[in-house]
Amino acid sequence: MIQRLLAVLHARNLEFVRDRGTLLFTLLLPLALVIGMGFVFGGPERPLFKVGVLTATIDSEAHPFLRERYVDFVPLTDESSALHKLTHQQIDLLLDLHGTPRYWVNTESPKGYIVEKLLLAAAPTASRQPVSGAALRYVDWLFPGILGMNMMFSCLFGVGYVVLRYRKSGFLKRLHATPLTAFEFLTAQVLSRLSLILFVTVLLYVSVGALLGFHSAGSSLLLLVLAILGALSMIALGLTIAARFSSEELVGGLLNLLTWPMMLLSGIWFSLEGSPRWIRWVADVFPLTHVLDAARAVMLDGAGVRQIAPHLAYLALTALIFLGFGAWSFRWRID
Amino acid sequence: MPVDTPIIEVRDLVKQYPSTTAVAGVSFAVRAGTCFGLLGPNGAGKTTTVEIMEGILPPTSGEVRYRGEPLGVRSREDAGILFQKTALQDFLTVRQSIALFRRLYSRGLDVDEVIRLCALEKLAARDNRKLSGGQQQRLLLAIALVNDPTVLFLDEPTTGLDPQARRNFWELVQSIKAQRKTIILTTHYMEEAELLCDEIVIMDQGRIVAQGPPQRLLREHFAEVLLELPRQEFPQAARALPLEILESSDRIEISTHDLEGTLRLLLAAQVPLSNLRIRPANLEDLFLELTGHELRP
Repeated sequence: MIQRLLAVLHARNLEFVRDRGTLLFTLLLPLALVIGMGFVFGGPERPLFKVGVLTATIDSEAHPFLRERYVDFVPLTDESSALHKLTHQQIDLLLDLHGTPRYWVNTESPKGYIVEKLLLAAAPTASRQPVSGAALRYVDWLFPGILGMNMMFSCLFGVGYVVLRYRKSGFLKRLHATPLTAFEFLTAQVLSRLSLILFVTVLLYVSVGALLGFHSAGSSLLLLVLAILGALSMIALGLTIAARFSSEELVGGLLNLLTWPMMLLSGIWFSLEGSPRWIRWVADVFPLTHVLDAARAVMLDGAGVRQIAPHLAYLALTALIFLGFGAWSFRWRID
Repeated sequence: MPVDTPIIEVRDLVKQYPSTTAVAGVSFAVRAGTCFGLLGPNGAGKTTTVEIMEGILPPTSGEVRYRGEPLGVRSREDAGILFQKTALQDFLTVRQSIALFRRLYSRGLDVDEVIRLCALEKLAARDNRKLSGGQQQRLLLAIALVNDPTVLFLDEPTTGLDPQARRNFWELVQSIKAQRKTIILTTHYMEEAELLCDEIVIMDQGRIVAQGPPQRLLREHFAEVLLELPRQEFPQAARALPLEILESSDRIEISTHDLEGTLRLLLAAQVPLSNLRIRPANLEDLFLELTGHELRP
């Protein structure tokens, strides 16, 4: 069994490495995206002042300050995560209106300085608690998103179209005439794509990270485990789509149907902070959301295994479900 | 295994699709060490029958037994298969393509030996997509031989090849046949079947219309010779002559034991004989005789 699996894995790797066009595209696209997006959206500027309020919902009648124009008030319920955002200057000020108003401001934030003046004009007695921390550059925040997006496309389209091409050309039918089993074939495809994705992701992480002066706050080993589980989940998702269909149009359509919502809702480009709850529910279904949330937690906030364990568990579980369904519904030939 | 023992038995095989019946109840046995041919026009059910025998297509009903057992791991390990149409993995050389398939089997021939058997030495380092039709078929034959199969399935192996490539391929198959391997061949080339097959079944519309060794079938159905005349030169009045006449789209065929007597009759009926061709009957004539329509669509 191992010999057959390795034979298919080796042949697939040779095929990929020799397909220079695809190889180059796989490496250069994410590189160009990170540099391009970092350039376009560089710097920490945001159009509005953003004030976190420790409450479940914002009631503008609760305090005159909450009626200030050009200030985006974001309800936050967890004090420690809210303070974390303030440290990274993801919000400019944090306000607690329970009892005597008190607030936290990042002393290194110019926008925090201005919005503090606005607050004190409306609530002169509010007590001040300073925090400090450098601003998070957009490109630092974007970096895990681009890595995750590249991973998603590579997993879904890379595996989906390859299996479809093999089926349409009759190569799968020829393999079916040998002792090779569906499980061996699919495992070889998963491992081939997984090794490729890990290679590209690590290469990008190191090279673009050096280029941007980015350093992960958390463990690189944990990031590797996250990348493996995230890639497995999304490769398996690609296999469920390609498992039995033979129409390129249908498979292309289904893959687009999956990738576009993930592109928009998984938090590649912008945070879902403050978005309606139903959007968050939809986003939480996508493996990519869990990859990005966990990656940002590790890379930006130095989170450990315990903090991202729910994300890791979700990715492992979905990988098993998708792979099981893919193997069950797999077809060697065009019906 | 003794030559007369069936290595494969096909019993009451039926393959039904929603809109058509591809195989409508066929039964036959293949003796070990022989070349067994399935003949018939496109759509006769040959490929479907063979794919069920290979174990890659399930039958609607009926069964195939290999060495007396249902198809399974053993039959799959023992079979070498050349499909009618197969694409290989892109960007692999001839040697790498063969090596890939070799590693899918627990036993088999050395890759170099297979390359030599199929005369692929000079092409071993070439990308498999850059082969001519004949070279491609030789590579696919090499892949079919890589597990040193007991039974070799060749599905329309020379379709689309030029005459020279076809003859080269036949020579290869004859050398494999000399090793006493069992060969199952589907074809619509009668010359191929007559040259290679020890036994044939002729299929039409999913059914077997004749079965047996080619020469015996020809003897059973035909007299010694066939006279062939262009149809447009054959007068209407001559159709009433007491002769065994077969009509195809462009020619008239007369089967006879008595060549001189038939020629005298034709001359008396003023049939022009300048384009007359006299030849022994072949499998194509047999098919026409059995089904009333021509083999090639």
